[in-house]
Amino acid sequence: MAGRLKLAAQVLALALVTGLFALLVWKVVTQNDNAAKELEQGKVTPAPTFRLARLDEPGKLSLAAYHGRPIVLNFWASWCIPCKEEAPVLEQVWNRYRRQGLVVLGVDINDVRSEARRFATKNRMSYPLVYDGPGNTLTDYGVEGVPETFFVARNGKLVCERLQAGVHLKVNRDRFAECIQEVLAA
Amino acid sequence: MRVLVVAAVALALAGPAAAACPTVPDLEGKLMCPTCKTTLDQSDSPVARRIKALLARRVAACVPEQKIKDELVAQFGPAVLAAPPRKGFHWLAWLLPLVGLVGAALVISVLVWRWSHTKPPEGVAESNGRAPLDPELERRLDKELARFDG
Repeated sequence: MAGRLKLAAQVLALALVTGLFALLVWKVVTQNDNAAKELEQGKVTPAPTFRLARLDEPGKLSLAAYHGRPIVLNFWASWCIPCKEEAPVLEQVWNRYRRQGLVVLGVDINDVRSEARRFATKNRMSYPLVYDGPGNTLTDYGVEGVPETFFVARNGKLVCERLQAGVHLKVNRDRFAECIQEVLAA
Repeated sequence: MRVLVVAAVALALAGPAAAACPTVPDLEGKLMCPTCKTTLDQSDSPVARRIKALLARRVAACVPEQKIKDELVAQFGPAVLAAPPRKGFHWLAWLLPLVGLVGAALVISVLVWRWSHTKPPEGVAESNGRAPLDPELERRLDKELARFDG
């Protein structure tokens, strides 16, 4: 009886260790699967979907609502200084290309909602804004900091490249203009 | 006398209200910075500073602690709480360590009881855990030792 109990305990311990090991392997294999990484590897990557509360008006907004339109997807926060500097550039792009169907969509992350609203008003951001306080979209997109900008084609796939740091900066300015043309043409 | 009664009533009314007002340092230890994953009191990141400023405003308005926490959970999700809430699925986080401790204590108690109540095999105790000596060898050994004694 004691022998059988001991065997059962050993089997249980072995199963537990195997399960934990499998969980570790699964985590290591899947943790790097994010949109930015796949885009860098040249893979055709669908933009991860989301449905978030709007910051600029009541209600919710999903990325799918803009399917069929080119999107400049910008991750920002009110505590981010470069975000303040690039906001007028994004506003300019929104006003210039919206007649061609382009949407600039701002995703406010890890932010105090009231501060984000104040920031948007102060910086006259008239393009659609959504609020992701917990930052759930960061993992899917592989966002490493703010600001970061992605480009979503009409078919819902990511194109061009992920631009890290402000799009107004010299290092990004030309590439940003190229990506806008690419996403409009895609 | 009337003054004393009024003062006592005022104190009685003010007492619970004052107790309900949380403090910023206390809240900072119970809330997490969403970007750095440490408690707010250990963080000086931009978002932590924003949340601290929000806390200061809410505390100044004497908003109850739970309401402040609820407001922050609505914005940043349950991960903003340093300790999981005591409700629903989150109870597991509180109960599992206790279950583990009680389980470990039980297992250790059973093992100790068994070890202390198990009789050693015959002959083992007398020979200090080693195999007993052959009687013939023991007799010869005694004889040899007796020579040295003489």
